[in-house]
Amino acid sequence: MLVYLIRRLSQSLLVVAVMATLVFLAVYAVGNPVDILANPDADQQERAAITARLGLDRPLYEQFGVFIWNALHGDLGRSFVYNAPAVDVILERLPATMELALVGLVFSILIGIPLGVLAGLKPESWFGRTIMSGSILGFSLPNFWIGLMLILLFAVELKLLPASGRGPTASVLGFKTAMFTWEGLKHLILPAVTLALYKAALVVRVAQAGTREVMLQDYIRFARAKGLSPLRIVGVHVLKNMMIPVVTVLGLELGSMIAFAVVTESVFAYPGMGKLLIDSINRLDRPIIVAYLMMTVVIFVVINLVVDLLYAAIDPRVRLSDAKG
Amino acid sequence: MAIPVLDVDNLVVSFGTREGELTAVNGVTFQVHAGEVLGLVGESGSGKSVTGLAVMGLIDAPGRIASGSIKLLGEELVGRSERELRAIRGKRIAMIFQDPMTTLNPVLRIDTQMIEAIRAHESVSEKAARDRARQALAQVGIPSPEERLNAYPHQFSGGMRQRVAIATALLNRPAVLVADEPTTALDVTIQAQILAEVQTLAADHGTAMVWITHDLSVVAGLADRIAVMYSGRIVETGPVEGVLDAPIHPYTNGLIGSVPSRNRRGVPLAQIPGMAPSLARVPPGCPFNPRCARATATCRADMPGPTLYEGDRMARCHHPVPAPESAAA
Ligand SMILES: Nc1ncnc2c1ncn2[C@@H]1O[C@H](COP(=O)(O)OP(=O)(O)O)[C@@H](O)[C@H]1O
Ligand code: SF4
Ligand SMILES: [Mg+2]
Repeated sequence: MLVYLIRRLSQSLLVVAVMATLVFLAVYAVGNPVDILANPDADQQERAAITARLGLDRPLYEQFGVFIWNALHGDLGRSFVYNAPAVDVILERLPATMELALVGLVFSILIGIPLGVLAGLKPESWFGRTIMSGSILGFSLPNFWIGLMLILLFAVELKLLPASGRGPTASVLGFKTAMFTWEGLKHLILPAVTLALYKAALVVRVAQAGTREVMLQDYIRFARAKGLSPLRIVGVHVLKNMMIPVVTVLGLELGSMIAFAVVTESVFAYPGMGKLLIDSINRLDRPIIVAYLMMTVVIFVVINLVVDLLYAAIDPRVRLSDAKG
Repeated sequence: MAIPVLDVDNLVVSFGTREGELTAVNGVTFQVHAGEVLGLVGESGSGKSVTGLAVMGLIDAPGRIASGSIKLLGEELVGRSERELRAIRGKRIAMIFQDPMTTLNPVLRIDTQMIEAIRAHESVSEKAARDRARQALAQVGIPSPEERLNAYPHQFSGGMRQRVAIATALLNRPAVLVADEPTTALDVTIQAQILAEVQTLAADHGTAMVWITHDLSVVAGLADRIAVMYSGRIVETGPVEGVLDAPIHPYTNGLIGSVPSRNRRGVPLAQIPGMAPSLARVPPGCPFNPRCARATATCRADMPGPTLYEGDRMARCHHPVPAPESAAA
């Protein structure tokens, strides 16, 4: 397990390094970084200060070194709009987005897995067919449209849930989060459902296909021959095998959920990273964009790492192959 | 004579398919007594597995037991509710399957899979169940069973996995064990070891066994009686020596001709010409007639009924193979 962990960690570092290089090339080597990193309204003196700080008179590899050095120290530039380090500005929004993605993930699991398993157990029945047709709807309806409809129904008509913003936060284990207050949860429900519907549809399809395949396996027949109850067969034998593809897909999708919460956050005026990105693009706050790119890469890499570890926890065969390798 | 442990009478199993109602098992009758091994032999597709699954009550839609009776110690099983059958499955009738690589759940530890088999039928403590699982593993010749309980299936070889499956099936001391070609996927040496062990276990516990195989040489050393299946019917049955020494049905005769003998192992066998008929196109009369050297017009018109022969034997054939001259052997 340790060997596996070390190998995966070094792979992850490599990915981050490659991405850092790409971001550097995109921002520094192509075009004039001063144009990108300086406030468009900056005067000559400010521009000179940036040029000096970045060492733009020096050769490219030295500049790269400085960029990496600064990045390692958590310095990815300073936001013009907030007049604060870009990393800090993003980190401040990170909990809100993580919260949204997490609650969205929980929703998509709670909706997707039971429906998918039911549909997989009885694929020919009317409810099996209905669930699968419904999942196609979940795929094809655009995200912003679902968001608007939910706002219309639950916020405007029924007045059950707030239409926008984030609820009050409370400090839990040192994190400021809105997940543990009723008001905070109420603000999370609509955007999280919006974000979750597409993923839930995906989970339904993966879970249905997985369940159907697992049900045909010899070990299910053997489990039945042992006289196990249907609850035990589905709840233990089917679920554990079926979770392997589901975890893979959810792992891939969680990253995109965080990175592309952009639309949902905009619709619900939800103060997360995605909305910050859109605002920053509108205001030409370039250091934020650079920092956003780098941090998204790190988040993706961390999630993939976690998924791989989870995978090894579910599937003992993964553990074996690593012991050999 | 004591009542048979398993008494199957005129069993008919059919599947509703697009091509209509197909009869996979067509009037199968056999009995197995305590401690006895019945070898159920036939080519692939002859209905052996379906027969075994019917005994387990595991025929799923679109299949159904259309008629006939399956009695366990005199108790009728056909028509019982799923709930009642579940209490019998794994407890009084157990089954093991062909591919040892796939019959164990890859993501569950061996102890989980064995303990659940006990606790599905008895409310015993986890610890007591585990003790029994360990003893069962030791009985089928698995070294350091305590350690192996914590292992996952992929950590075992094919032969060891089939031993685990056998140990699991025998955990509750079932009265009947249905073994569906459990050694077919294994190499010959391991196959022989497992057969010897199962034989001892069954004899010790008085288990009645139905041993399904397409390989006559497996049954020769293991079974007490043989039932030969062709196209959903038992075409010949009798004590193993009698059937192997002097087959009555031409199909049995052909099967014996295609068994590899010791000195020509690996040489292609003298196969019975042609293929077993698909269920949708069973020929009229005796279903074996297109492949049979002895077939006549009678065979193509009339289905031969069961005829009893000396030595507790039965065969369905209009023109039985003459007994070999005792001098000609
Ligand atoms: N679920 C099913 N649906 C339709 N036909 C089936 C089904 N299961 C088995 N059969 C048919 O029943 C016949 C007997 O199959 P089987 O008992 O598996 O043969 P064997 O075990 O002797 O090789 C085959 O012709 C097979 O196609
Ligand atoms: S009945 Fe006729 S066709 Fe059938 S096995 Fe006997 S001889 Fe052959
Ligand atoms: Mg079979």
